[in-house]
Amino acid sequence: MAALLTPGTLAPDFALPVTPDQKLSLSELRGKPVVLAFYPADWSPVCGDQMALYNEILPEFQKHGAELLGISVDGVWCHTAFAKDRNLHFPLLADFEPKGAVARAYGAYFEAAGITERALFVIDKDGIIRWSYLSPIAVNPGADGILEALEALEK
Amino acid sequence: MATLKIPVGGQDHIQGNVKAACTMVEYGDYECPHCGAAYPLVKQLQKHFGKRLRFVFRNFPMTQLHANAQAAAEVAEFAESKGQYWKMHDLIFENQDRLGSDLFAELASKSGLDPGEMHRALAKKTFTDRVRADVGGGIRSGVNGTPTFFINDQRYDRPMDYAHMVNAIEEALAS
Repeated sequence: MAALLTPGTLAPDFALPVTPDQKLSLSELRGKPVVLAFYPADWSPVCGDQMALYNEILPEFQKHGAELLGISVDGVWCHTAFAKDRNLHFPLLADFEPKGAVARAYGAYFEAAGITERALFVIDKDGIIRWSYLSPIAVNPGADGILEALEALEK
Repeated sequence: MATLKIPVGGQDHIQGNVKAACTMVEYGDYECPHCGAAYPLVKQLQKHFGKRLRFVFRNFPMTQLHANAQAAAEVAEFAESKGQYWKMHDLIFENQDRLGSDLFAELASKSGLDPGEMHRALAKKTFTDRVRADVGGGIRSGVNGTPTFFINDQRYDRPMDYAHMVNAIEEALAS
């Protein structure tokens, strides 16, 4: 697997479906920090899963003016159903076709399983990666690292 | 490795020997089924380790998933203000499938508390900030879902079952 992109790197741009008829590109969000959270799959069988946690603490990210994007290889209809079921208030991007292309560009694709890793990126308002973290795939990384990175942007 | 950022102190709900060599902190949600499953597990661990283990429960209601979780946490905090925290804590978990204001009133009566006073405290959001403060500290410490346990300040990332948790506590006691 390619290595995870590291701080100081320009975040590769992408445009991915966010609803069945809409795409979102990273460059559209230039001007504010972006939290990019790659996660293995929708529908993990616990209620305290990573996306549910981020949803719960979304106001903490918003305090820093940051946009949160979830991203996995699940298709857009799957994301739509998952977001509705879990009452998610942030976009989930479908890295579905070509499968995992964006994850590969960020060094966050888990080839053997055909899914995205649990990888986190904090990207500054100019599109530069300022923090990245790869969690063991079975361990939900929480949000402490993201919040520290967002705080560091303001220093 | 995520570590507990808010030290256990006077603001906490603490059960067991204050001088125990091992402290286990749980961040939990009264409506979360996994926390419900962990409830008897914690009791078993407390029984097994006795005076060697101190247990702390902190609130982490997942309000976007669970409609009654925040209220349940506030009911427990109301009970705390009357010196009945652990009784209420246990009763809420033992009746997790019936959460709601009828149950809260019933449990208040059962704990010798005034249900009317409790409902007023909820309506006035008297304990809302207390609960949210727990959540804020939990986020800082790397709480990654419910329940999240910390054993001697280290987040417990292994399987949530009796054998694995006994091992982790034994390791903490030995180190």
